[in-house]
Amino acid sequence: MSGGCGRNPPPFPDNEDQEAELDTRVLDSDEDDDDEGEDIFTGARSKPITPTSAPDEGDIFSEEGSYIRSDVHHATNGLHSDEELDLFTEATVELTLTNTTSQGRREIIGPTASACNTTHVPNSILKPSIVTKTMEELEEEESGDQFELNIAVTNPEKIGDGMNAYMSYKVSTQTTLPMFLNKTFSVRRRFSDFLGLYEKISAKHSLLGCIIPPPPQKSVVGMTKVKVGKEDSSSAEFVEKRRAALERYLQRVVAHPSLLQDPDVREFLERDELPRAVNTQALSGPGLLKMINRASDAVNKMTIKMNESDNWFESKLQEVENEEQLLRRLHAAVDSLVNHRKELCLNTAVLRKSVAMLGSVEENSALSRALSQLAEVEDKMEQLHQQQAFSDFFILAELLADYVRLLGAVRCCFEQRMKVWQRLQEAQSTLQKKREAEAKLLWANKPEKLQQAKDDINEWESKVSQYERDFERVTCTVRKEVLRFEKEKARDFKQHIVKYLESLLHTQHRLVKCWEAFLPEAKAIA
Amino acid sequence: MEVSSAEAALSVSASSIRITDVTQDGDVLTFAIASQKLNSSAGVCVFRIYEDFDWLQQSLFSQENLPGLQGIIFPPLPSKALPSQSNTQTKALKQLGFLALGQDWQSYCKALEFYLQQVAAHPTLCKCKALDSFLINSESPGKQRGRKGIFNRLSQAVEEMRKESHKDVDNFFQNERNKNTNLAALSKVATEKLLDVVMTEQKLALACGHFATSLHLCVNQDDAAAVAFSKVCLKLSDVIEAVNRNFEKVASNDLSTLGLGLDLESRYQEAEKVWECVLMIACKLIELETVKKGTEKAKASKREVMEAFQKAVEKEFNLISSVAKQEIERFHSSRVNVLKNFLIGWCELQLNTAKEFAELYSQHLEACRNMYSE
Repeated sequence: MSGGCGRNPPPFPDNEDQEAELDTRVLDSDEDDDDEGEDIFTGARSKPITPTSAPDEGDIFSEEGSYIRSDVHHATNGLHSDEELDLFTEATVELTLTNTTSQGRREIIGPTASACNTTHVPNSILKPSIVTKTMEELEEEESGDQFELNIAVTNPEKIGDGMNAYMSYKVSTQTTLPMFLNKTFSVRRRFSDFLGLYEKISAKHSLLGCIIPPPPQKSVVGMTKVKVGKEDSSSAEFVEKRRAALERYLQRVVAHPSLLQDPDVREFLERDELPRAVNTQALSGPGLLKMINRASDAVNKMTIKMNESDNWFESKLQEVENEEQLLRRLHAAVDSLVNHRKELCLNTAVLRKSVAMLGSVEENSALSRALSQLAEVEDKMEQLHQQQAFSDFFILAELLADYVRLLGAVRCCFEQRMKVWQRLQEAQSTLQKKREAEAKLLWANKPEKLQQAKDDINEWESKVSQYERDFERVTCTVRKEVLRFEKEKARDFKQHIVKYLESLLHTQHRLVKCWEAFLPEAKAIA
Repeated sequence: MEVSSAEAALSVSASSIRITDVTQDGDVLTFAIASQKLNSSAGVCVFRIYEDFDWLQQSLFSQENLPGLQGIIFPPLPSKALPSQSNTQTKALKQLGFLALGQDWQSYCKALEFYLQQVAAHPTLCKCKALDSFLINSESPGKQRGRKGIFNRLSQAVEEMRKESHKDVDNFFQNERNKNTNLAALSKVATEKLLDVVMTEQKLALACGHFATSLHLCVNQDDAAAVAFSKVCLKLSDVIEAVNRNFEKVASNDLSTLGLGLDLESRYQEAEKVWECVLMIACKLIELETVKKGTEKAKASKREVMEAFQKAVEKEFNLISSVAKQEIERFHSSRVNVLKNFLIGWCELQLNTAKEFAELYSQHLEACRNMYSE
């Protein structure tokens, strides 16, 4: 293993602010008795981190980016052994485990559940009456039993040299779920492994109408810089961005009740060596986009409405499309915000230099001192701007980008339903043709061909009823998925706003301290 | 710093001079200048345009029978503002620097106000009748334009002198010149960099505004989940709006204190440069005159006349020299004081703003956390 660019923890949270800063991604709703919509679970309470080293060292798993600055050195390049447990404080994921049976009963998944052993969808065949279920009943199914599963992606390391080099990431899991072999374990994975996982999950579950979280996008430019060995801040930023994106991706995957039960997911998390995933070219950004755009076309081809629930689907799809546009716009706005902050950072650095020079030629000693102090203030502010820019990016911009892509995945979901319906339509029309053929034969009185015709009809009748069931099932699944997605989205955004505010507040407090430190210096000028 | 002497002194208090209002009529800015009479509680208010300020400056330069005039460091007058519509912000920035920013010419007015206060506080310049007339007469002094003072007469020569390096008359002045050159350049740079920072802060405020507005478009009341999401978006919009106001405040604080201070410092350094040139020229002129007279008188052997002339020249020279030295002392101590006040003011303003917004963010955070239990 060649020396890697180890991941340095983010430079910001201060010791004294550690508790206030901790991510409250985990909902604490012990007091919440509401049965109706809110998820009732507790995750691991975030443990306060007791930092052992320099004041600027922060939690490894915080969502904000770490910026590898050459002047910030850390004793170790990875996890401290006594911080092992703290690995996951920022990485908790709310989990629901339900067996999505037709009766709406809550079932607890045990280790012997059939889901674990089969590669098929754990859903049992749904009866057609499902479609008439009310919204409340569907939402009730959401809440389930509580288990804990925390995932973190850390320690990016460059393996190999030149154009064959790649980044390897450590995927660590901490769980109380019985279906895993251990409680705590970790493996190393590379980017193509994640793409491979997506491909496998997608192949199995998207046909059923599940919303599959999309993986982070490939980036030829970004990766090439890393491969070539450019150790500058932009490639460090790229690696951090990717690491965080991979972490969020996995957390979303395991947050999905059906996907969590998929043995491929378990294998991804547990197995030491994975066979190398090939053919992951198709999953580049443009490829995914093409797949998604077909969804809208498919809807437009649908000429005959099936039943009243179509209205719901049609308007929902429209909503999804609108929202996607809106989020794109928001993302652009945040992007511009991030860029301006970075600009402010640069300008502040330049100002600091010029003020420092002014202070050094100034003859009046008190004024000279004050100017040097002013340069210090500007220096601190530059750091604050830098950190806030990272917050803006990792908390807001990436959230919006993720959801733009997730909404694309939702549209894929709708497309799947379309496909199933089309298949049903085609089968129905084939069945019709077969019946007509039989009628013709009866009329033409050709008994030898009649048996064949009857066989055909039977075959197609059973196909039609199979496809009908499929369609009902997909419709139900898509509906549930959309509901779950929307709730999750609202909650996700809420959490991120709180996080963002916490970072703003933190920055603001430090700013106040800066000014308070400078005031006596200014007053001391004589 | 009013001087009580037999000569006419300023009839208003220097520190009470304020520019209270500015109105714009097409291309012309009119300033309302108020001040407090010294010996009564009466206030005076007059209206002036930029050309009147220019007239005042020229009058100060061209005072006659004022010994040692060449030694005085004249408070710098800001350049004329050109407020016409076709003047884009970039042009305005190039022309006026910091003073072009800020709402409704506030920074510019502050700079002009400061100029008047400096003139009125100067022990020699405050006695100039033109100043009194400028501050008190309801009629504008505009009719008397065109008097060119020492500065204009020598302006071309100043350019010539700058190009060549001349030996200074005194080591003291040589040192001053070196220091001044450094400081002038660095102050200018610092001012420009601060200007960049302020512009970026304003851009940030604008970007926040856009973001906040876009968030309002996400409101959708279709179903429970959409309502919840809309609430979240609106909350974020409020927060971003707060960040917007924060940046606007920070930028305006920067402008009104540090920006102004650095700009003033920068212009004062330039004024000092000019002063040096004027000094050099004056001394050079005296030299030339001495040589000239010497050549003339060499033929006539009227030694007493020669010696008397020599003494007179030396006296004039010493007078300028001593005035110059006093001015420099005064300049430095005043400059340090001015910068100190600006720095304190800036720090206090920014500290208050930072605390104010820390409080606001804290409130938003509370409200957001409570949203969980809704």
